[in-house]
Amino acid sequence: MNTAAKPAPTLISADARPVSGAWAHDARADAAHRLAEMGLPTRRDEYWKWTRPDSLITATPASAEVFDYDGEPPVFHQVDRLKIVFVDGVFDAEASDDLSGEGLEIERLSDAAAKDIHWAKDLYGVLETRGQSPVVRPLAAHNTAMATDGVVIRATGRISRPVSVFYRHDDANSDAVLHHVIRVEAGAKLTLLENGAAAARFSKVVEVDVADGGEFHHVRAQGRDHQRQAITHMFARLGAQSVFKSFTMTVNGKLTRNECVIEFLGDDAIAHAAGAALGDGADGEFHHDDTVFITHDAVACESRQVFKKVLKNGAKGVFQGKILVKQKAQKTDGYQKSQSLLLDDDASFQAKPELEIYADDVICSHGSTSGAIDEEAMFYLRSRGIPAHIATDLLVLAFLADAIEEIEDDAISAEITDRLDAWLARHRG
Amino acid sequence: MLKINNLHVKLEEEDKRILKGVDLEVPAGSVHAIMGPNGSGKSTLSYVLSGRDGYEVTEGSATLEGNDLLDMDPEERAAAGLFLAFQYPVEIPGVGNMTFLRTAVNAQRKARGEDEMSAADFLKFIRAKAKELKIDADMLKRPVNVGFSGGEKKRNEILQMAMLEPKMCILDETDSGLDVDAMKLVSEGVNALRDTGRSFLVITHYQRLLDHIKPDVVHIMADGRIVKSGGPELALEVENNGYAGILAEMEIDA
Ligand SMILES: Nc1ncnc2c1ncn2[C@@H]1O[C@H](COP(=O)(O)OP(=O)(O)OP(=O)(O)O)[C@@H](O)[C@H]1O
Ligand SMILES: [Mg+2]
Repeated sequence: MNTAAKPAPTLISADARPVSGAWAHDARADAAHRLAEMGLPTRRDEYWKWTRPDSLITATPASAEVFDYDGEPPVFHQVDRLKIVFVDGVFDAEASDDLSGEGLEIERLSDAAAKDIHWAKDLYGVLETRGQSPVVRPLAAHNTAMATDGVVIRATGRISRPVSVFYRHDDANSDAVLHHVIRVEAGAKLTLLENGAAAARFSKVVEVDVADGGEFHHVRAQGRDHQRQAITHMFARLGAQSVFKSFTMTVNGKLTRNECVIEFLGDDAIAHAAGAALGDGADGEFHHDDTVFITHDAVACESRQVFKKVLKNGAKGVFQGKILVKQKAQKTDGYQKSQSLLLDDDASFQAKPELEIYADDVICSHGSTSGAIDEEAMFYLRSRGIPAHIATDLLVLAFLADAIEEIEDDAISAEITDRLDAWLARHRG
Repeated sequence: MLKINNLHVKLEEEDKRILKGVDLEVPAGSVHAIMGPNGSGKSTLSYVLSGRDGYEVTEGSATLEGNDLLDMDPEERAAAGLFLAFQYPVEIPGVGNMTFLRTAVNAQRKARGEDEMSAADFLKFIRAKAKELKIDADMLKRPVNVGFSGGEKKRNEILQMAMLEPKMCILDETDSGLDVDAMKLVSEGVNALRDTGRSFLVITHYQRLLDHIKPDVVHIMADGRIVKSGGPELALEVENNGYAGILAEMEIDA
């Protein structure tokens, strides 16, 4: 391997000690090299125009007070699931379930990385690398280079019980870097749940490879800690007739940037990425960024982006979404919707929806709007005796509805709706 | 029941006077109709009574059973027993009709200090009312008024009225857009609610509706005022001769 052309920039979490076995060592070195080539993001980068990367790349994170849940059970507690727990980025064997199941192989990344041969070798850092063009994502390369742990999951059957990763945040100064690798084999099915604030600063990458006819469902609840900062990446590669569905609920958080990079390589596949974010600046700073890049490089695939934000009291929302349709991707059906509901004049939303299309027989559209509560609807509801604050909540949930509808499982969807309801009830007025 | 005294209303945003001294009293148990040319202020009156934003009352009063309506929020007026069937019912994507109605029924019960209705009781109640109005289960599940035909929207207004059991019902052109059968259905729905403790103010352009819902008094509104009141025969006169005669007699330009 070549030595880096420029010296490696000061990395975040300089004291993190990445686990490294034989194959993983090379992947990490390669990532460090790529990172050195691309450099860390700066405010001058077009891709970081609206979200300041500064706090994500300092040597030590700003501390984040641990949120007092006051006995409130974690999201998904009612869902029968296989639990994996990380506390401030450190695997908690005690709190985790047995990492096994029929049709399911689960290992800690640190264990997998210590082996000489492992299937994850073909994915770790590989999908991330694919996702580095045409736009670079330095913090994803950084994650590949520096991740301390994570899980690798291989589904060979249709697994009905979701695998749930809970990220507990206990330490006000923690800096967690986790990296998961998932392979859904042909015809297999897996549901991944994620929740919890994770750390004062959290960097996470998920690489997911869905083989032909496979199905991957992902529902994430980004937690309540007001001061936490997170940068997450999801890199998905989709085979023919596969299904990928991802939904993220975000409430609170000083800074969250969720990047989702999806690549269609097989025909007739479906990918839906959705998000519902709620921010109230009265709780402290709130900045939420959804950055999505979907590449159609196969025939007759369907992609959907449905991102909704509800913002008030100075909360900020950002959406950068792109659909790239390559020349051979005929019969592409791509749709992108990003909307925000600004509950007052202080909230702000910036959006950059993009389509780049090289095939001629495609249906692609995008729509980005930001607006206030519909006064007509509000009056109609109130005229039926519904008090203003309840009417507002109804209209907010209605606004979020088409994002929530992307969650296929009713029980999980109900959990998410309950949390959104509760958040709204706490943030009235 | 409803007492309106010398009500003057202008638009909040511009210097446009719409109601210019409306006087109207609807006693408990009676049905009054308002007819009048387009733009005479009928809908404005119904909106001002139910508390819509954008209007400024410059003079006069409106009370429901002695309580000052103009001082209340829209939801308080509803809880006090006022109901407006909208001329143009509002579509609310994402809010299920059923959720909407259950929230409304329970909010009103709560405001009146009553217990909330259980989910099961509510379901029974709404199914029975919907059946009477020939509203199918599918319409109850759909988002409020979204994709409803004109007639379906109007029937949905009457369903809401039947569920909320208000004391003072204002129907703003509920007959427009209804086919002959739907008109009969809606009228039956209204007539079923007629009661000594309940009053109706029916805004319409056509005598036809008043054949089904027999009014006690008919008012003619023109240029922001009630210019003439009389018995049901007044509606017939309008139907046969239009407003020209009446307005000329009152020396009002339409
Ligand atoms: N928000 C508004 N902005 C501007 N003009 C308004 C507004 N609301 C009402 N008006 C005007 O006030 C007048 C009365 O309107 P209104 O809707 O009350 O009439 P109406 O009697 O109900 O008519 P129709 O029989 O056509 O339903 C009209 O000239 C209308 O254009
Ligand atoms: Mg009108």
